[in-house]
Order: sequence, then C-alpha cells, then structure tokens
Amino acid sequence: MLYREAGQFKTSYPADQAIFPIPQDRWSLAIVLVAAFAVVPMVANNYWLVSILIPFLVFSLAALGLNILTGYAGQVSLGTGGFMAVGAFAAYNLAVRLPQLNYIVDFALAGLIAAAVGVLFGLPSLRIKGFYLAVATLAAQFFIEWLFTRVPWFTNYSSSGVITAPKMQMFGFDLSDPVSRYLITLCIVTVLTLAAKNMVRSAVGRSWMAIRDMDIAAEIIGIRPLHTKLLAFAVSSFYCGVAGALWVFFYIGAVEPQAFDINRSFQVLFMVIIGGLGSVLGSFLGAGFIVFLPIALNNAAALFGGALQADTLSHLELIIFGGLIIFFLIVEPLGLARLWQIGKEKLRLWPFPH
Amino acid sequence: MKLRKLSMAALALGLLAAPEAFAQGEQFVPVTIYRTGAYANTGAPLMVGYMDYMAMLNERDGGVGGVKLTWEECETGYQNDRMVECYERLKGKGPTGAAVFNPLGTGLTYAILEKAAADKIPIVSLGYGRTDSTDGRVFPYSFPLITNYWSQSTAKIKFIAVKEGGMDKLKGKKIANVHHDSAYGKETIPVLDEQAKKYGFEVKHYPVAHPGLDQKATWLQIRQARPDWVILRGWGVMSQVSIKEAAAIGFARDKMVGVYWSGSEQDTVPAGDAAKGYISAAMHGSGTAFPVVQDVIRHVYDKGKGNGDKKEIGTVMWNRGIIHGLVNIEAIIVAQAKFGKKPLKGEEVQFGLENLNFTAERVKALGAENLLPPFKTSCRDHEGQAPVKFQQWDGQKWVMISDWVTTDQSIVRPMIEVSAASYAKEKNITPRSC
Repeated sequence: MLYREAGQFKTSYPADQAIFPIPQDRWSLAIVLVAAFAVVPMVANNYWLVSILIPFLVFSLAALGLNILTGYAGQVSLGTGGFMAVGAFAAYNLAVRLPQLNYIVDFALAGLIAAAVGVLFGLPSLRIKGFYLAVATLAAQFFIEWLFTRVPWFTNYSSSGVITAPKMQMFGFDLSDPVSRYLITLCIVTVLTLAAKNMVRSAVGRSWMAIRDMDIAAEIIGIRPLHTKLLAFAVSSFYCGVAGALWVFFYIGAVEPQAFDINRSFQVLFMVIIGGLGSVLGSFLGAGFIVFLPIALNNAAALFGGALQADTLSHLELIIFGGLIIFFLIVEPLGLARLWQIGKEKLRLWPFPH
Repeated sequence: MKLRKLSMAALALGLLAAPEAFAQGEQFVPVTIYRTGAYANTGAPLMVGYMDYMAMLNERDGGVGGVKLTWEECETGYQNDRMVECYERLKGKGPTGAAVFNPLGTGLTYAILEKAAADKIPIVSLGYGRTDSTDGRVFPYSFPLITNYWSQSTAKIKFIAVKEGGMDKLKGKKIANVHHDSAYGKETIPVLDEQAKKYGFEVKHYPVAHPGLDQKATWLQIRQARPDWVILRGWGVMSQVSIKEAAAIGFARDKMVGVYWSGSEQDTVPAGDAAKGYISAAMHGSGTAFPVVQDVIRHVYDKGKGNGDKKEIGTVMWNRGIIHGLVNIEAIIVAQAKFGKKPLKGEEVQFGLENLNFTAERVKALGAENLLPPFKTSCRDHEGQAPVKFQQWDGQKWVMISDWVTTDQSIVRPMIEVSAASYAKEKNITPRSC
C-alpha cells in the first residue's frame, strides 16, 4: 500500500523518464535530504558529526566511485586506495603550493588529477579482463603508495611522510568546526551522487552496463570499448580522488600514505559488494554497514564491560563483524540494496499480500 | 523485513549505549589501546601496565590526592581513523573530560595532534610521536616526553662511538638504518643524516613495508653493503623478523642496536637463539625489583584485579606502562598542587606536564629508582632530555650494559626549532614566548 504505483499515470515522456518517477521516492528522498541538511546539524553532537557521519559520507563517495567502475562497467579494481591517495595528495599539494585557490577548485582539480591517473592505470583493461584486471589494478595501488612514500616532494618534505590539512577557510569564513565540515562534505557528496545517478541512467551508463554484461556484444552494437572503459575509469577515479581529499581535509586532518594502503581498497570493495553491485543506493548502504557496525559493536561492547575480559571483547568485535558479513551475503548475495528492493516490493502489497 | 528491524535495533542499541555515570569527584583518564591487529602483542601489555598502575593508586592511596581515577578503554587497532573515533568518544567523558591522551603510536599521535590542541587536551607521546613538537612554544599540548626519537638517536650514535673507541672513530664507518616504512620509522632519517655529516660516517636507509614479515631482499642488500652497525627501527612483528634475517646472513647481533620500540621480550623471544647478543636502547629497567612494581603486584594482582596476564609483569612493555602511569599521574599531582585537589580539566593537566620535575629523590619516593630516569620539563622543552640506557638480550632476559647515556641536544634542539618554526609558519601559529 505504501509503495503502490496504481493510479499514478504519466502523461508525458519527461514525467516517465524522471529521475525518481514515483512520488513516494521523491518524498522520501526529500525528507532524507532535509533531515541531513537541516535536522542533523542541529541535533547531532560533535562525536556523531566528526567520527561517524563525515567518514560515512566520505566512504559512501569512494564506494560510489568504485561502484561505477565495478558495479556498472564491470571492471574489477583493487586500486581504490591508490586513487584516493592521488586525490588526497593532489589536494594537499594544491592547497599548500597554490594557497590562493578556493578549496572547491582544489578538490575538483584533485579529482581530475586522480581521473587522469585512473585512465593511465585503466589502459590494461582493454586487454585484461575479470580477476586478471583486479591483479593489474593492484599495480596502481602499490605503485602510488610507494611513490608518495618515497618522493618527499609530494609530502612537502615532511620528515615523517605525514601530510596535514591546512586550516579550512573559504570566502573568508573559518570552516574548521564540525558542523561546517559536515555540511561541506554533505554538499559535495550530494552533488556528485546526483551526477552519478544521472550518469548511470543515461546513454553513458547504459554503455557501461552493456560492456559489463557482454563486451563483444556491446562492441557489435556500436559501443566503443576504449572510450567506455576509460571513461568508467576516469569517472570512478574522480569520485575516489575527491573522497580521498575529503578524507584528509574534513575527516582525519593528518595522513601518511599508509592510510591508503591495500586494506583501504579492500574496505571499499567490501562496501560495494555488501551494499550491492550496480546500485547508487547500495554504495551508501554498504558504506553505512562497514563504517557504523564496528563502532556500534565497540560501543555495545562497553555495555558488557564488567562481564567479559577486555581483550575478549575486542576480538569478539571482529568475530561478530565477520560473521554478520557472511550472514548478509548468504541471506542476500546481491547486497543490501537488493534487500531494500525486496522490502519495497513487499510494501507495495502490504498489508494484504497474496 | 524482520531481519532489517532486528539489525536496526541492534545498531540503535549499540550506538545509544547509555554513557556510564561518573561520580563528581573522579578524574577520567582515557585509555586508547590496540588488543587486535598487527601490533597488539607489543601495544596491549603497555596499556595494561598503565591501567594496573592507576588501579594500584586507587587501591593503595584511594586515587590521587583523594580523587579517584577512572578510565575507559577504546580499541584503536593501530588505525588512525579508529583513533579519531576513540578520541571523539572519550574526550568529553567524566566530570571534567579527558585528562590526557596516550595514543601509543606515532601515526595515531599525528591523527589527533591538532584536534587535541584545539580542544586543549594534552597528548603524551612517551618516547614516540612528533619529534619537533618538543618545542612547547609551538605545540603547547603535545608532550613527546622522556626522550624523543631524535634525542634517542644521538644517544645511540654515542653508544656506538663508545663501542668503537671514541667519537672520532666513527669517521668512515657504515651504518644501516633498517626502519619501518611509516611515520614512526621515518622520523629519525633527518637526524641520522645530520649526524652522518657531522661525524663523517655513512648512513643508508632501508625501509621495510608494514607489517615487515618479508625482509629477505632488505637483508640481502645489507649483506652486500657490509655495514659496521645496523640501527633497527622496528615495531611489532617486524623486529623479530629483522633479528632472524640478520642471523640468516650472519650479521653479528651485537652490532645491531634497536630503538626503544624494538627492545622488548616480544621482539627477542620469538627470534629464539638468533636474538642472543642483540642490543637495544632502553628507556627504563625491566624486571620486578622495583618498589612500585611490587606495590602493583600486592595491591592489584594479589587481589585478582589485574587488567592483564600476570606473566607480563616485569616485561619491558608492561614496565613501560608503569612509566606511563608514573609520568601521567605525576602531571596530575603537580597540577593538583596548583589548582586544588579536584578533578582537573585537560588544560590544567597541561600545566602539570609542563612542570614535571623528576629529581632523584622524587623518583625514589615513587619507588621507581633505576626504573625511571631523572628528567625535568618546561614550557620550552616538552621532552625532558632524559638519558638513555642500553640493554642486551642474553638469551633469557634483558641485561643493562651501559650507564645512562646523555643525548646530544646541540644537534637535536636546533633541528627541532627549525622544524617547529616551519610548522608554525605553515599553520599561522604565533609561538608562545617562554
């Protein structure tokens, strides 16, 4: 009943092709956005903003980037951490060396630099497919991490190899308090998500999916693999690069290249797999799962403080986390996004299922 | 749908976990620890020692100046992002907020350095951390206490010179710096280069990637380079692998000098016979023959209230936890003398840390003679320039083989001031005058 489309007639093509054709979706999205922009800054405390919501948004963006490449275009990548590092170090160097630039410009340029690097490392995808491509993208991961560790110019000759984000100022306002950091991150993530949503339902997205489903068939119907695959790498790396920049500037504040090691790539890959391959919503659900759950388990563990040994609790956190991942993948191998879809279908019939 | 609800409920339960009630007259001390991950074997016993010391004070003296100490653990897993989460979670707890953070990791220290300065909560990075934050004029809330990395490095070179027969004998010698490829490992590269120039020895840096299980290639290079000495800057599992690889290429273990963080039982015992003769810098003594350690055993472990395994008592890492306790709590004692015997805020504890004075008498009164070196801090000097001892593994235990070796501040201090000044310029900080 809640999701019933019966009686909603589209009278024009634009209405039928709208980004959210069903009013229920439009309304719920509007409510989520109002909540995120207006309610959250008023009610959330610093702990929630700084250590939960900002990393959630940053990871959502990275997962969205990887989802475009892996979920939509079908190119498996393990280089996400590397591309995030490119974005982070590019934004840092732009901010330090060209302080007159606005940070938004920095982030955009950092994203473009990451996109260029992504295209470079995407070239092998024209010849290598599937798991072999995953191994090839590992080269990007290890080379980039090595580069930033070894060449001191990238870290502005910091002796320890750590870069620290400069003070956030934009148009003369100080933006270093948690609420502004959250709001800027939210704005960037919202705009890029909207762009991604539109990309994947346009000709570009359809060509990605065609390549994913069968590249030879796609080539025969006139989709050029070179352009399509490299575009997917470019867009994906752009998103990851911006996410890396946000990670440094709005979340941690100080990172070493090791913050973007292979584990980071795996973490984002798990978000995409758990959230749902080929789904924008899935990127957010997956990021939520991976970011929230360990912290929630850790907090929950504090409740049992007296009952169990502290070291047992720390290890239980990992065990439960791993167990839940397996559980969700068994219950729904297509990810949390598919669970949500099933939920929507049930809501359509509720409360009178067949 | 049932599943969703269930998981949501579980999430909500976890996140809305009711904060425990803290009584008014309690001093809250955050404990960030890593019991999981690649570095847990060395990191966890240290924080256990720290908590044991605080537990002992609560049992023996009823806290500090009548103020009971309370603490809460937060698992960081040695990851910077989890450290930030723990910092945000713990900083506001207790009646006056967190007293002082001990991140226990150089990368972790960097991750919260600026946040803590903004929140006016001091960070103690005892024997690690950002070296140039020794300059308290630029970094009022960071305390790389006792001996920072650069000071320790000068003591190490002095020790090597003594073994070679004098500072002038260093000329033409080859030293290999095998370091963990992270903020921690790279921190001494500039000071070693500086010393190489000054004393005329040759230094080569060999990075080892995290976690350091595969070092075959590195040690083959070392075999070719034939250095006279190897400086080992390992952490966690890396150090024992280095010792084993050194044995495999036949490099004399008594020509290997490890840093504070490569000199514990966790590094030598797993290496077995290979570790015999291996030397490392020592911040403090090991063993249980100190009155303060005996007090911990009597008041905490004998009552079954220990925070860890009894067999860790007296190991290097656990004793370093006691050192953490002695230094952090001393800061609270000093601050209480100025601000009154009540729970203190972070910025009040900062005063205590800046005015530490561990004289020989004070160390003895604390029951830590030969455990803790005498040192003194000031607004300018957030380190204390404590001397360093050197210890050798005899196959069973660590044996001290030197007296306290003083550090060479004529090299370190100017480098710190230059580095801190450039940080101040980059961040638009006006240094305090003192």
